[in-house]
Amino acid sequence: MLEIPREILDAAIAQAQEGFPLEVCGLMGGTVKRVASRYPMTNTDASNEHFMMDPKEQFAAVKAMRAAGEDMLVIYHSHPESPARPSQEDIRLALTPNVCHLIISLENREEPVARAFRITAGVVEAVAIEIM
Amino acid sequence: MNLTVNGKPATIAEGTPVSLNHLLEALKVEQREYVTVELNGDIMDRGDFEATTVKDGDSIEFLYFMGGGR
Repeated sequence: MLEIPREILDAAIAQAQEGFPLEVCGLMGGTVKRVASRYPMTNTDASNEHFMMDPKEQFAAVKAMRAAGEDMLVIYHSHPESPARPSQEDIRLALTPNVCHLIISLENREEPVARAFRITAGVVEAVAIEIM
Repeated sequence: MNLTVNGKPATIAEGTPVSLNHLLEALKVEQREYVTVELNGDIMDRGDFEATTVKDGDSIEFLYFMGGGR
């Protein structure tokens, strides 16, 4: 279970819509399983099919989370034209332990879909999202 | 040697100079080829991990590469 405040999820979806047709990405911080903050990141790939976060922004976000007493809970990115499920590349590059991977699909731009997963050693497990 | 690693105190045995590579190994960081390291606020080039040594009081942050694709 991952608890996400409505305004934070909506802001991530808005970021995905604004960034379309490119993939967008970011981090969310919080405590235990409840998201409390969002950190949009630059997709340095600026690609429709890939994303890569800027390390400088990553370090800054993690330090800000730490200062707020939060942990990194979520790595999110958008799939502009494909479903909200981890691709083989997403699975291969899911290296950060103890986080959920939130994917926002704009396959149907009128009805974005957000789904969360835990990915551990190549094994994908769906995580329920509770919108607060 | 007292260090700060990802914001937490860490102590490693004194001895021969400890490179960033050795430090990551000592910290049991897996898949080190995907790790980005910041040493005292400076992001380090991966090619310098072996030649760069840490010293008492240093602050080290490391993160895994974060990326993917459809």
